[in-house]
Amino acid sequence: MLLAEQLLNGLQYGMMLFLMAAGLTLVFGVMGLINLAHGALYMVGAFACAVVAASTGSFWLGLVASLAVAAAAGALVEMLVIRRLYNRDHLDQVLATFALILVFSEGTRWLFGDFPLYLKLPPALSGAITLPGGLQYPFFRLVIILVGAVVALGLWLLISRTRLGIRIRAGEADREMIGALGVDIAKLYTIVFALGAALAGLAGGLVGSIQSVQVGMGEPVLILAFVVIVIGGIGSIKGALVGALLVGMTDTLGKAVIPGLFARVMDTASANTTGSAVASMLIYILMAVVLLVRPQGLFGARV
Amino acid sequence: MTLKSLLLSATTTLALITAPAMAEPVKVGLITTLSGGGAGIGADVRDGFMLALKAAGDAGKEIEVILEDDQQKPDIAVQVADKMIQSDNVDVLTGIIWSNLAMAVVPAATAQDKFYLSTNAAPSALAGEGCNPKYFSVSYQNDNMHEAAGAYAAAEGVKKMFIMAPNYPAGQDSLAGFKRFYDGEVVAEVYTQVGQTDFAGEIAQIRASGADRVFFFQPGGMGIAFLKQYAESGVDIPLIGPGFSLSEDILPAVGDAALGTINTSHWSTDLDNPANKAFVDAFRADFGRYPSLYAAQAYDTANLLLSASAKASPSGDPDGFRAALQAADFASVRGKFAFGPNQHPIQDFYVLEVENRDGGLTNKIVGNAMTDRGDAYAELCKM
Amino acid sequence: MTMNREFIINIMIFGLLIAVGIGAHLAGQGFTVTLATKVAILGLAGVGLNLALGYGGLVSFGHAAFFGIGGYAAGVLASHAANGDPLMFGFGGSNQMLVIWPVAMLAAGFAALMIGALSLRTSGVYFIMVTLAFAQMIYYFAISWPRYGGEDGLSFYVRNAFPGMNTLKPIEYFTICASLLGLALVFSGLVTQSRFGLALQSIRQNPQRATAVGIRATPVRLTTFVISAMITALAGALYADLNRFVSPSMFSWHMSGEIMVFVILGGVGRLCGPIAGAAMFILLEHLLGKVSDHWQALLGLMLLGIVLFAPGGLIGLITKGLDALRKEKADV
Repeated sequence: MLLAEQLLNGLQYGMMLFLMAAGLTLVFGVMGLINLAHGALYMVGAFACAVVAASTGSFWLGLVASLAVAAAAGALVEMLVIRRLYNRDHLDQVLATFALILVFSEGTRWLFGDFPLYLKLPPALSGAITLPGGLQYPFFRLVIILVGAVVALGLWLLISRTRLGIRIRAGEADREMIGALGVDIAKLYTIVFALGAALAGLAGGLVGSIQSVQVGMGEPVLILAFVVIVIGGIGSIKGALVGALLVGMTDTLGKAVIPGLFARVMDTASANTTGSAVASMLIYILMAVVLLVRPQGLFGARV
Repeated sequence: MTLKSLLLSATTTLALITAPAMAEPVKVGLITTLSGGGAGIGADVRDGFMLALKAAGDAGKEIEVILEDDQQKPDIAVQVADKMIQSDNVDVLTGIIWSNLAMAVVPAATAQDKFYLSTNAAPSALAGEGCNPKYFSVSYQNDNMHEAAGAYAAAEGVKKMFIMAPNYPAGQDSLAGFKRFYDGEVVAEVYTQVGQTDFAGEIAQIRASGADRVFFFQPGGMGIAFLKQYAESGVDIPLIGPGFSLSEDILPAVGDAALGTINTSHWSTDLDNPANKAFVDAFRADFGRYPSLYAAQAYDTANLLLSASAKASPSGDPDGFRAALQAADFASVRGKFAFGPNQHPIQDFYVLEVENRDGGLTNKIVGNAMTDRGDAYAELCKM
Repeated sequence: MTMNREFIINIMIFGLLIAVGIGAHLAGQGFTVTLATKVAILGLAGVGLNLALGYGGLVSFGHAAFFGIGGYAAGVLASHAANGDPLMFGFGGSNQMLVIWPVAMLAAGFAALMIGALSLRTSGVYFIMVTLAFAQMIYYFAISWPRYGGEDGLSFYVRNAFPGMNTLKPIEYFTICASLLGLALVFSGLVTQSRFGLALQSIRQNPQRATAVGIRATPVRLTTFVISAMITALAGALYADLNRFVSPSMFSWHMSGEIMVFVILGGVGRLCGPIAGAAMFILLEHLLGKVSDHWQALLGLMLLGIVLFAPGGLIGLITKGLDALRKEKADV
């Protein structure tokens, strides 16, 4: 029973990471941009959701706001800043998006104060339900798994079945060519960036309701999202999904199992501390191993 | 200003008149976290400290405060402290929230012959062999609230405990402190990652553990996340936390999910004494929120400083100043307050419960956990 | 002629740093000397990274690992020297900088050899992330390893000793750090001009051609990575002594990011770029902090301005400024 619950937790955590990673990998795949500010957009989404939910009393409106505000912030940032960076090397992109993190974080603190904001699940989503087999599981975590699956499916349909998707794929393959064919590249890039930002914002709104909505909340997730897309192969949505699930499972099961394993060879107290230290290193070990075996990630194009 | 705080400031002014005239104002370096995710606690420290100076009237004006942000980074904290000592010539340093920053700054400050008054962090390394005549903890010793939680669980006759804390020194001290006074069975002892925000795995372990109560130490954002997720999980094993996990700076963000949670602390907004009433009322009037224990401790620190600098100047008569600090001759918001041999407090600890009062979340006292508790390290301190 | 002009700019930047240090000392501004020392040390860390990143094209997002190893070498040796515990294999601790520095550099060099050998199998963004992964592993290890303080870090009260110097005096410690920075600059300049350095740059610019003319890329890159790590580790050891304290935050990805920002801000592949970058960053941090509580937002905006409107970093900006001046003169 415990194992079943931990497997569900791993799946749920993986889906949460996927929501973050999908936008990041999309932006990298299409524009070749390393966007450190992705975590900041996640934070923007969470704050938008909290503020709107608090003033209207509706979590759902908050969630819509998290999508809309993050997309708007993304589009704005793309037009003001990011647009000038596509032809620069990765280093300039790193510095500029690092600067954006500072601006977003302190700007948010300036607007909303020093204290974490309150954001609560609506009654429809809260509480635990009993799964077949008698396992009690929080309903909201199941919703996250569902949303992750829907987003994955939606992105796949978008990219393989729609006009926009064709352009995105064409843009990935050959930037100059589709420009020559009369596609408005600038507009396409703004749309893709805003889409990535909206995904980050949605993740922020959803995850913020069961975590702490505070300044700096995006940074730890950002690093994890990068780990995910690197394992999966940068630019690949499928890779991001597989990478996210791998990382989610590894992290959850590692934390559950490793301290116990260590306890067999040493006393309990040091097994607990050492074991959990190893568990927190585990996903980075996973990433290193994957990259050593497949230097371009699991589903990355050969470089 | 209420009548009581007027009376209070009148007595401090009286003390000032009878004391030898001071040559120049006392310079205090207040180092705390004013940017990033920890800025909420830093705001409470700053506001509590400044409020005490304001309430003291003219005596408060004799204290010159130099305020700097430590960005919650130990290397920045130590550099800010160096700047305050070398270039601002402060007499006293104070304000640091986090143990790891205190471990960086306190030894450096005392080695350069400056007083350090802790408004919060009090790691075990500075309470035992590492104690110093110039270092005072006005808050507690880090283990205290966890010890109080252990004592409470023991007194309640809890048979099986699940205990968890982040995997860093303060977390390890926390669980050690809890077990020092808890005499039942610990069914699981879990260390979480520092900065962790998803606790699904730990909650699954709690569900499967068969424990009667859960003790959790998760400060700041980690605590907010844990409490929200625990409330959603359908697990109904009651929680016990140290005061930090349910302090007034995070309660508004947790919301009703925190209601009724038991925690242990040396202070509460409803602690019944005149100094505390004056403090809580003035703080709410000035800032529109309930003060947290961090604000209360900073308020006490400022009042301790005022009481001591009225008797002796830290730069002119350091021995006299130290003796005046040791006497702890000020009206603490904790009611009774005294220093032990290692210059850490000897004080009472209470059992608190989160409630909604006057439209805001805060704690109320529901019992006593420990009386006149010092700390486990005092006998290792030789000075 | 560009070499020549850049040489002058380099002398100017380094000279300015020395002048600020000495001037502040003469004016009795002890803390400004300490700030200049911080610039020298973080600049040195950047000089190390610049060798890999600027000249070798190896974008390491994990140099905090080496910075931290250097720091912990100083902290651990000093703490063993203070309490008299033997360290290992019968060796005791030491509070002599002349012992600590080589230990710090060798330890980091060894770590870099391992990390580099594995990481160099990848390239591009994957290299960035795999170096980050190794640094994060060390970071989490350091946080939860109780022997040397875990997240609380390790204080060692007094600076380590250097023969004939009182290292606790700001100006004397500044002298030590600035001298090492000077040495590292000369060394770095010589390496990049050497046959080895030219091979390295040709690998960065055109790997196929380099291979075609018989340069074996991996050993050259690995050597660079190791040297780069060793310089950064030396900076880490000096930083530990500046603060008389080490903590796992030296290993954090923020630290890696900050060192990288110094390099990019100053100008990638410019000898004195990291010093200009570090100086600018620390100066802004110090000055903006007085302007507003929200100084980080201002800092972010200024950094943005520099990336967008001054590609090539500060040194690029200075070079352009000099060009414009010269043109004006020519026009007159």
